[in-house]
Amino acid sequence: MRDKLNVSRREFLIGSAVLGAGFSLGLYLPMGARNAVAAEGGESPEVNAWVVIEPDDTVVIRIARSEMGQGTLTGLAQLVAEELECDWSRVTTEYPTPGQNLARDRIWRSFSTGGSQGIRGSHDYVRKGGAVAREMLIEAAAEEWDVPMEECTVAASVITHAPTGRTTTYGKVAAAAAELFPPEEVALKDPSEWKLIGRPVKRLDTADKLTGKQVFGADLKLPGMLNAAIRACPTFGGRLKGFEATKVKDKPGVRAVLRVGDDAVAVVADTWWQAKTALDALPVDWERGANAEVSSASISAMLDEGLAADEALVGNQKGDAKGALKGAARTVEATYAYPYQNHATMEPMNATALWTSERCEVWCPTQNGEAALQAAAEASGLEISKCDVHKIHLGGGFGRRGSFHDFVTQAVLIAKQLPGTPVKLLWTREEDMQHGHYHPITKCRLVGGLDEQGDLTSLHVRISGQSILAAVNPAWMTNGVDTFVFQGMLPDGDHEISYTVPDLLVDHAMRNPPVPPGFWRGVNINQNAIYLECFMDELAHAAGQDPLAFRRRLMSNHPKARAVLDAVAEKAGWGSPAAPGVYRGLAVCKAFASYVAACAEVSVDAGGRLKVHRIVAATDPGYAVNPQQIEAQVEGSFVFGLSALLYGGCTIKEGAVEQSNFHDYPSMLIKEMPKVEVIVMPSGGFWGGIGEPTIAVAAPAVLNAIFAATGRRIRELPLKHVDLRAAS
Amino acid sequence: MKLNVNGELIDIEVDGATPLLWVLREQLGLTGTKYSCGIGLCGSCTVLVDGEAVRSCVAPVSSFTATQKITTIEGLSPDGNHPLQRAWDKLDVPQCGYCQPGMIMSAAALLGAKPEPTDADIDEGITNICRCGTFNRVREGIHLAARIEKEGKS
Repeated sequence: MRDKLNVSRREFLIGSAVLGAGFSLGLYLPMGARNAVAAEGGESPEVNAWVVIEPDDTVVIRIARSEMGQGTLTGLAQLVAEELECDWSRVTTEYPTPGQNLARDRIWRSFSTGGSQGIRGSHDYVRKGGAVAREMLIEAAAEEWDVPMEECTVAASVITHAPTGRTTTYGKVAAAAAELFPPEEVALKDPSEWKLIGRPVKRLDTADKLTGKQVFGADLKLPGMLNAAIRACPTFGGRLKGFEATKVKDKPGVRAVLRVGDDAVAVVADTWWQAKTALDALPVDWERGANAEVSSASISAMLDEGLAADEALVGNQKGDAKGALKGAARTVEATYAYPYQNHATMEPMNATALWTSERCEVWCPTQNGEAALQAAAEASGLEISKCDVHKIHLGGGFGRRGSFHDFVTQAVLIAKQLPGTPVKLLWTREEDMQHGHYHPITKCRLVGGLDEQGDLTSLHVRISGQSILAAVNPAWMTNGVDTFVFQGMLPDGDHEISYTVPDLLVDHAMRNPPVPPGFWRGVNINQNAIYLECFMDELAHAAGQDPLAFRRRLMSNHPKARAVLDAVAEKAGWGSPAAPGVYRGLAVCKAFASYVAACAEVSVDAGGRLKVHRIVAATDPGYAVNPQQIEAQVEGSFVFGLSALLYGGCTIKEGAVEQSNFHDYPSMLIKEMPKVEVIVMPSGGFWGGIGEPTIAVAAPAVLNAIFAATGRRIRELPLKHVDLRAAS
Repeated sequence: MKLNVNGELIDIEVDGATPLLWVLREQLGLTGTKYSCGIGLCGSCTVLVDGEAVRSCVAPVSSFTATQKITTIEGLSPDGNHPLQRAWDKLDVPQCGYCQPGMIMSAAALLGAKPEPTDADIDEGITNICRCGTFNRVREGIHLAARIEKEGKS
């Protein structure tokens, strides 16, 4: 028998890093039962870090990653529950805090929720967490009955001793199980034995989202809380010179007018509306700094220079592309561009902070609780062990709330000036639009060489533009190369190019304008798939070949990519006529370890009005944990990708973003939404991401269909600036 | 001034220029109604006023009287059992969920005017922004809610 230990759930909840000002004030988050926030006062001991079982057989599964709509809460719970063999109808979830993770030697590992990593990055250890808990629960029952564990079976939280027919439930043995040491080794089920993984179960977090009960960061209310509105210097790199607080300090509700760091000013008031109204009236003086002359035109010139530069960083090289192009029977050349994009989450950036000289606590929507904690600790001036972050459901993330916690830093800097008073900072939409961490800007020149048979034998892809890693995390670069720049065009790995070209060069002239870049849902596949997939279409037409057949001939070494392409072609009816006036386009890509393809059907009327009728999309994610949520993510990714294609694009004037709200940075509406047919075709043996990959193929499939409809090649976005009437 | 919110007459003291949205959220604690754009474009702040969809972020509270019935997502049904809520639940419509109260209230106004809306009616009547991209399930949800309502009456 193994030794025993005892970690009560109470200790988990109010452990070393948790007992803070928040709890001592008796703060209570008005969350429903089905919400991933650890409620105060639970007395049940945890079976292990991942699983708590209440006496009434409620199963609480701890989730380290953040729910922002992508369904990870449900998918990860399915993974744990699969091995746990619990009653799925009794499953709820809760978030451990990053402070608890730190205090427990990072027992939950990464909190980072980006890069379509939630499931593919943690499937192994969360399933083990479920399996270990199951073994401990069975062992506790076996001990109670004084029978060998091997004689016990379990299903739906009921443990049965087969020889005697005795039964008990998880809830009855959980306390005893919690005192056991976990087994050192557990075997995970073979995928053929899965009962819950692969099932289209419903989300665990829907109910409260239908009644207004779901609390988002922007909705949080704490006793005695004040509200802050903020304005930062619109020019990137600019500073706050001064402000005339006297002009607004007597306005209704205003409590303070504060400098926040180098570049921002905030008004704190009883209500946010009062704070915002006073801020609007506050005279502010900015020192616009070195970037005051930067414009979209100056950035464009910078990128154009990179397109032709002799020196570039190599991402994928095989043979001698430049030499082979000189000898090609025929060459085709095209230059594409992709603009800055804002994440524009529906819930603007926000965070609530409570600071005392002893402790700092933050409540916020974040895609990475640990990064939020780091930001809070740095701004607070306190040791990290004296800080914690309570994660709240996100009203959208899309990458904005993962690597950047500028809103947390600001909230703490404000709260620090009002010790003991919780302050909620909420950005206006305008602030959110103008202080993003934008999808990076790039241009791309492609030159392809065709042989006498019209096959692609050489290809040079020159990307010129911004590196995210250079700005955000230089430590992730390899010898000065940002490999993320080449997503979808790399020689191997999660973002492998889908074609074999005998002589190939993909390189990057890094040109970094002073506009802060960030990870934006899909990251660099958004533009790279447009560049490569639209150019493949150009090459096919130049070669006089069918775009599907042309691609397939280059894909014999990429059978899984070819399989998803074939799947959409077949379902869409490629090769047979579409409805009158309707035209098709294709795209394929490997992204975030999944294989994806799309076939779009569009029409363009005589006035140049585009209608996307239908998109057939296929995904091979290796293993499909929840097919109905995959479907939801694929549909959603098209809204994100197509909004960028149709309307997105942030432009720069005097070092600042010109767009300020949804009137000049529009997003797709329901009337523009195509019918989406989703093919989920898991081939097994690997774990691919879901939230992002298909975003890559929406825009190029639509652009290729627009060419088929109009004869127009569109190489610059967004389409709102483009005349789509058929080429004469 | 007095407001009739979710069937209750409520006394409030507030600057009349304050948008209804912020009175609901900050005076009445009804945070189901969301702030997102603040200029009446995205629809996250949609509430019903006498059954019609109103974008509360641009509607000064002084423009309402106690005789107008204001309904927020919290007051749509006593137990979350409105046909739209049932349809949304069945289809797992929300993703992040932030825009969904506004989406549901817009759909409620549409169903009030057109109990069996066509796709074209939905295209015209639902102009809310959803960045997660729930549109196809929203459309399906509205049709399903219409069927639930019809079956409930028959």
